[in-house]
Amino acid sequence: MSVSPDPLVRLRDVHKRYRRGNQLVPVLAGISFDIAAGEFLALMGPSGSGKSTLLNLIAGIDRADGGELIVAGEDITRLDEADLADWRAKNIGFIFQFYNLMPVLDARENVELPLLLTGLSGRERRARAEFALEMVGLADRMDHTPNELSGGQQQRVAIARALVSDPTLIVADEPTGDLDRDSANDVLKLLQRLNDEVGKTIVMVTHDQRAAEAAHAIMHLEKGELSAREVVRPR
Amino acid sequence: MSGSFFRLIFRNAWRHRLRSGLTVLGMVVAILAFGLLGTVVDAWYAGAEGAAANRLITRSSISLVFPLPLTYKDKIRAVDGVRDLSWANWFGGIYKEPKNFFAQFAVDGESYFRLYPEFVVPEAQMRDFLRDRKGCIVGRKLADTYGFKVGDTLTLKGTIYAGNWDFVVRGIYDGAKKGTDQSQMFLHWAYLNEVVKAKMPGRANNVGVFIAEVTGADQVAAVSRAIDAEFVNSRAETLTETEKAFQLGFVAMTEAIVVAIRIVSYLVIFIIMAVMANTMAMTARERTAEYATLKALGFSPGFVAAMICGESLMLAGAGGLIGIGLTFPVATAFAAKMGTLFPVFNVSEATVLLQAGCALTVGVVAALLPMRRVARLAIVDGLRAVA
Repeated sequence: MSVSPDPLVRLRDVHKRYRRGNQLVPVLAGISFDIAAGEFLALMGPSGSGKSTLLNLIAGIDRADGGELIVAGEDITRLDEADLADWRAKNIGFIFQFYNLMPVLDARENVELPLLLTGLSGRERRARAEFALEMVGLADRMDHTPNELSGGQQQRVAIARALVSDPTLIVADEPTGDLDRDSANDVLKLLQRLNDEVGKTIVMVTHDQRAAEAAHAIMHLEKGELSAREVVRPR
Repeated sequence: MSGSFFRLIFRNAWRHRLRSGLTVLGMVVAILAFGLLGTVVDAWYAGAEGAAANRLITRSSISLVFPLPLTYKDKIRAVDGVRDLSWANWFGGIYKEPKNFFAQFAVDGESYFRLYPEFVVPEAQMRDFLRDRKGCIVGRKLADTYGFKVGDTLTLKGTIYAGNWDFVVRGIYDGAKKGTDQSQMFLHWAYLNEVVKAKMPGRANNVGVFIAEVTGADQVAAVSRAIDAEFVNSRAETLTETEKAFQLGFVAMTEAIVVAIRIVSYLVIFIIMAVMANTMAMTARERTAEYATLKALGFSPGFVAAMICGESLMLAGAGGLIGIGLTFPVATAFAAKMGTLFPVFNVSEATVLLQAGCALTVGVVAALLPMRRVARLAIVDGLRAVA
């Protein structure tokens, strides 16, 4: 177990089981660890090891069966669905393996989506979305719909969407899993930039060792248990 | 946020243009069919709807086919509460071919048109009609259908009163209201009686119905009882009822058809509801990952459910609006094709409201199951749908 003095994410004895038929299969068996603010952590492990489940619990889109889960100062196990949705809107930026963009919206509108939950005016939302797209190098692709963009470009739009509302934590589930090597490198560099220059805390799930090495540290999850932190790039 | 919300709904609704187009087309056909069938039912009731509250019809208590003696008119007129009186006979002639059906009544011109102010005849034409015993007045719709003009002679082949009967069109009446039947023909009862007296004296001086105008609508029950009481135990007992009840008596004879039409019209709506529900279920299933993504980003289950409902309402609303819009020209064309079979064939406000209500109901009901499913969808399960 690693303990930081003032962690952004704090898990204590977190359990998660899934029901398969009549059986309850344990996925996470008493996980405890911290993630410091500004850290870029990669979670690795074989398929079915529970790394995505762990990420989902941290992001508040799944519920733990037991344990304590404090993220950005909030014990999210105590929040009801509505409060948890509000909490996610304010604190979490999501990056998915398959980008999960809305096909009917162009890049700018996709990035603007999380801002619809804020009290910002249309003009402010638009300005912020354009700024986020400029940050990811897509200023010239704002009016393009997802099917007019390459996989790498779509993932950069997803990254812009993840950071546009200035969340406390960015969670990325296999962000390079659907990309070719060059696009994957671009995305990883971008994540590193967000971490180094903007100070965003990032938790990334990957099974790609090269992708994981973009993070500060790697933790391995196997058979429901977490390994010690392996520092690959000192902060 | 509302602008973005509606933009998202609009674009989602037209994402699969062929599917959405066919769904809207189905709605158009269903709403149009519902409107037309509703208008047919309304046409059935048009006579009753156009009836005046203070007019009573007195006929033979045995059956309408048995006439009443003209001499009854003085006794009826003397009943307390009767302000005016007229009478009429069903003529039942054929114009060229039996399919050219329209109502023909032999009436006492002066009193009849006084009792029916909804038949508006120009003064000069009325004067000409009253002067000419062989004259007749036809409704505007009838004149338009068969091309009758003032001064034309039209020949009817009698079915009740044998022989060929020539009448000169002396006037064309318009309806004072939109729902007034303008497909009738009126001829002189006196002329008919004169000919009948000469050819079949035993059938002379008879009338089919008396029409009494009562001083107040609140007196109709008492007056109708009083009229019938006058002729109790006579050779021809009477049955007096309101004009509306008299007209509804005709509708009742064909009520099974009206019920069948109503059932079919609602079946059409039920079928399109099932089609819409299927479309929305397919749509929601295909977009499971998108809805899960929206929920992950912090959008509430209610927001996502509202998106589905909005999309369903947009498709149903588009189909409903086009269907309602098309009902008017199609009803006009249908009425023209039917000639004088439906004397009054107007799309009523109530029919339009029902059409709109059906479209709205289809939109909401079709979205219910997908809304429930998506609102209860666990985000992680929804996101897995993509992978």
